[in-house]
Amino acid sequence: MLSNTQSYADSPDGTGDRPVATPIVEMSGISISFPGVKALQNVAFRLFPGEVHSLMGENGAGKSTLIKALTGVYTIDSGSIRVAGNDVLFSGPGEAQNAGIATVYQEVNLVTNLTVAENIMLGREPRRFGMIDWRAMRKHSRKVLADLNLDIDPGSLLESHSIAVQQLVAIARAVDINAQVLVLDEPTSSLDAREVGELFTIIRKIRDSGVAILFVSHFLDQVYEISDRLTVLRNGELVSEHLVHDLPRIDLISKMIGKDLAALDELEEGTKREATERVSGGAFLHAEGVGKTGSIKPYDLEIHPGEVVGLAGLLGSGRTELARLLYGADKNDSGAITIKGEPVKLRSPRIALDNKIAFASEDRKAEGLIGDLTVRANIVLAMQSERGWLRQIPRKQQDELAEKYIKALDIRPTNPEALVRNLSGGNQQKVLLARWLITEPKLLILDEPTRGIDIGAKAQIQKLVASLSDEGMAVVYISAELEEVLRLSHRIGIMRDRVKIAEIVNQGVTVNDIMETIAAEAGQPA
Amino acid sequence: MTTTLQPAIGPEAPSKKRSLKRFERYSPIAATVVLLIVMLAFGGIRYDNFLSGQALLDLFNKNSYLFVLAIGMTFVILTGGIDLSVGAVMAMGTVIAAQLLSKGWSPALVIPVVLVISTVLGLLVGLMIDKFKIQPFIATLAAMFLARGLSLMITDRQIAITDTFFQKMNLTHINLWETTTNTRRGVRVSDVYTTWSVVIALLILVIAFVVLHYTRFGRTVYAIGGGESSANLMGLAVARTKISVYAISGLCSGLAGILYSFYTASGDPIVGVGYELNAIAAVVIGGTLLAGGAGYVLGSVLGVITLSVIYAYKDFDGGLNTGWTRVMIGALVLLFIVLQRVLVARRK
Ligand SMILES: Nc1ncnc2c1ncn2[C@@H]1O[C@H](COP(=O)(O)OP(=O)(O)OP(=O)(O)O)[C@@H](O)[C@H]1O
Ligand SMILES: [Mg+2]
Repeated sequence: MLSNTQSYADSPDGTGDRPVATPIVEMSGISISFPGVKALQNVAFRLFPGEVHSLMGENGAGKSTLIKALTGVYTIDSGSIRVAGNDVLFSGPGEAQNAGIATVYQEVNLVTNLTVAENIMLGREPRRFGMIDWRAMRKHSRKVLADLNLDIDPGSLLESHSIAVQQLVAIARAVDINAQVLVLDEPTSSLDAREVGELFTIIRKIRDSGVAILFVSHFLDQVYEISDRLTVLRNGELVSEHLVHDLPRIDLISKMIGKDLAALDELEEGTKREATERVSGGAFLHAEGVGKTGSIKPYDLEIHPGEVVGLAGLLGSGRTELARLLYGADKNDSGAITIKGEPVKLRSPRIALDNKIAFASEDRKAEGLIGDLTVRANIVLAMQSERGWLRQIPRKQQDELAEKYIKALDIRPTNPEALVRNLSGGNQQKVLLARWLITEPKLLILDEPTRGIDIGAKAQIQKLVASLSDEGMAVVYISAELEEVLRLSHRIGIMRDRVKIAEIVNQGVTVNDIMETIAAEAGQPA
Repeated sequence: MTTTLQPAIGPEAPSKKRSLKRFERYSPIAATVVLLIVMLAFGGIRYDNFLSGQALLDLFNKNSYLFVLAIGMTFVILTGGIDLSVGAVMAMGTVIAAQLLSKGWSPALVIPVVLVISTVLGLLVGLMIDKFKIQPFIATLAAMFLARGLSLMITDRQIAITDTFFQKMNLTHINLWETTTNTRRGVRVSDVYTTWSVVIALLILVIAFVVLHYTRFGRTVYAIGGGESSANLMGLAVARTKISVYAISGLCSGLAGILYSFYTASGDPIVGVGYELNAIAAVVIGGTLLAGGAGYVLGSVLGVITLSVIYAYKDFDGGLNTGWTRVMIGALVLLFIVLQRVLVARRK
C-alpha cells in the first residue's frame, strides 16, 4: 500500500509548497471495483481545513465513487481513510455525518414527500421534552433558507419545488449540519448564476471559519472561482494534485482528458457555425400565437429542417414552458400549430412523437431513465414504444443501435449490458439523449442537454447536434450557457417573463448583445 | 468560457396559494371522512337505530382488535412495506394466551409473554427483510405460515378461557350514559357502554400518533417511504427503523390477539384468517399510500370504522351475507387506490 507522502511524490506534478496544516481527511491507496469496472485504483486524496478542494475529472472518472468511499456508502477494497488523524471505516452515511462529514450527493438525496423544513432537519430535529418541536423546526429552517436567500415556505412539500430549489435545500441541509468537512458533489448543476453566487458566498464564509470543502463541478469557471486546490482523476486513477493558481485551465483540461487540448479545440472548431439561411422548402413546424394561460404568453415560431433555434433567457423566463407546448406536454389554449403545412393538435407527447417531434429533458429522474434496465434497453425504449410493444425491435438491431450511440456519445463504460443505475451521473444523461436521438426525429427539442456533462463530452454532443442539423434535423436548443447557444444556433429566440421578446439571426451576435437585449427590455415598463 | 444568465426569482407562489397547497395533502383523509358520513347517513335512513349511541359505539366495541392491527400495519405500509402475517400472529397470540392460562399461569405473566413472542417474531421478519434483502411480501408470507402452523401445533381446536381477569375484561362494560328506548312493552332504560378493549385501542392510537409525528423514529418511517436510498444518504437510521416497524406490527398483532381473546374468552388457532387483508384495506381506505411515505394513522382508524359500518350493514340487514361485505370492501379499496393515483398525478 502506498503511503500518503509517497503517492504525492510519485505523481508527475506534485506541488512544491506543501501546506503546514495537517489534513482533516486523508485517503490513500483507495481501490474499489464493481463487477467489470475498476472504479478507483490506488487513489490518494487529502483535504485541509479551511480550503475548497475541487475534485476534477471526466464523466465516470470516479469522483462520486471517491466521495462515497469516504462517507461509507461503498466499502473500499483496499486503502486507508483517516479523518482528523484517526483511522476510520464508516459503515454508512449516518456514521460519516456523526464524525463531522456533511455531504450533498450528486443524485439529490432528499425525500420529496416531506416538507422543506423536515428535509433540512431530518435526523436532527429540535426536541422539547423528547418530542419534536415543530415550531422551532420551522423557525430554524426559515433562517437557514434565508441565509441562502431562498424565499420559500418551510412548511411546503419539497415535491412542489423545482429541481433548482431542491438542490438548494440539500445544500442548506448540509451547511446546517455544521460539520468540519462539507462535501458537495455537483451542487451547482441545476443552479443559475445568482444562486451560484449565493452559494459561493456561503462556501467562502464557512471555509474561512476553518471548514474543509470538497467541491465537484464540470463548470471550469466555477472551479477556478472558488477552489484553492485541485485533484484530478482520470479513469479511476489519481493524476495529480495542484494549487489552483499553479495550473492553467489548458493544462487542467489536458490532464482530465489525457490528451492535448488540440484535440478538443478541433472538436469545438467543428461546431462553429455560419448562420446560413435554411428557409428553402418551407418550415417543418410553424406555431402561430401559441400560448397557454398562466404558463406562457402567445408566441410565433418557425422552425425549418436543418435549423437550430436556440432559446435564451433567465431562469423562469419560460424557455421550458415554450418547449412543452411544442411536444404536447402542455396543451395550448390559444393559437395553432402546423407541421409541414398541415394543422395538428399536439395533445400529448405521444402524438408529438408520432409527428416526429422528440424532447430530451434535463431531469433524468423524472424523465424515466430506468435504473434497473441495461443501457441498451434504455436506449431503445422510446423507439420501441413508438413502434408499439407488439413489434419488438430485433435483438440484433438493438445491439447495433446501442453500439452506435454508445460510440457517438462516448458513453462509458461501453458495455451496452451495464445497468443504468451503475453509470456515473453524466453518462446517464448521455443515455437519455441517445434514447431520443435514436427515434430519428424531424424536430429534436433539447432542454439543457449538456448539464452535468464534462467538457470533452460537451463538445462531442455539440458536434453531434451540429451534424444532425446538417443532415436536415430541426433542433430547438435550450441552455443557460449562452456560449453554447451562440455556437450552435442559426436563430435565437430570447425569452423574458414568459414572453418571447425577440428573435435574432445569429450573425455576429455576442453574449453581450443577448444580455443587453434582455436587460433593455427588462428596463421598460411591461 | 461559460456565462450563465442572471435569473430573477421571486417567491415561488403567492401566499394564499401556499396555504391551500398545505391542505392538499389531507385530501385523501377528507375523502374518507366524507365517505364515512355518507355511509352512516345511508345506514341511518335505511335501518332503525343504526345511528343510536350504542350502535355507534359497537362499531368500536366489536372491532377493537382490528384497530390495533391496522395501526401496526400503518407503520409498515408507511415505509413502503407490507405485513401479511398479522392475522396469523394474532391467532397465535390467542392460542398461546389460552394455553398458558389453562396451565394455570397468571394473566400478569401471560400477557407480557404473548407480547414478547409476537414482537420477537416481527423483529426476526424485519431482520430477514433488511439483512437478506427479502421482499416484505415473501418474508411476511413465510411468517404467516409459521405463526399459523405454530398455533395449530399448540392446539387444533378452540380453547375456552376461564381465567377471571379475561372473563372480567370480556364482560365488563364501561357505562357512559343512560338512554331510553321505546319498546312494545314500554319505555326501557339502558346503559350505553364501551369496553376496556376499546380504551386500550385508543391508547395505542394516541401512542402511535405521537410516535409517528413527534419522534425522529416516526419521521424516519416517513422518510424511508419517500425514498429509502435518499433516507440512507441523509444519514438516517434506515436499517434500524425498517426492522422496528415489523417488530411494532408484531407487537400490535400480539396485542390484537389478547384483545380478541378478551372479546371471545377463548383461544382459536384458525381465527383471523384474512384479517391481514382487512387491516391493509383499512389503511388504504384511510388514505395511506401503498407505496409508502404518505398517510396518517388517524386515517387508518377511519378506515377501520368504515369497515365496521359495512359489517354493521350486514348485522342490521338479514338479507346481506359475508360475500356482500367483501365485495363492498373490495370496491372501496379500488376506489381509494384510484383516488390516490389521481391526486398524485394532479400534484405532478
Ligand atoms: N454501483 C456501481 N456499480 C457498478 N459500477 C459503478 C457503480 N457506481 C459507479 N460505477 C462506475 O464507476 C465509475 C465511476 O463512476 P462515478 O460515478 O464515480 O463517476 P464521476 O466521476 O462521478 O462521473 P460524473 O461526472 O458523470 O458524475 C463509472 O464507470 C461507473 O459506471
Ligand atoms: Mg459523479
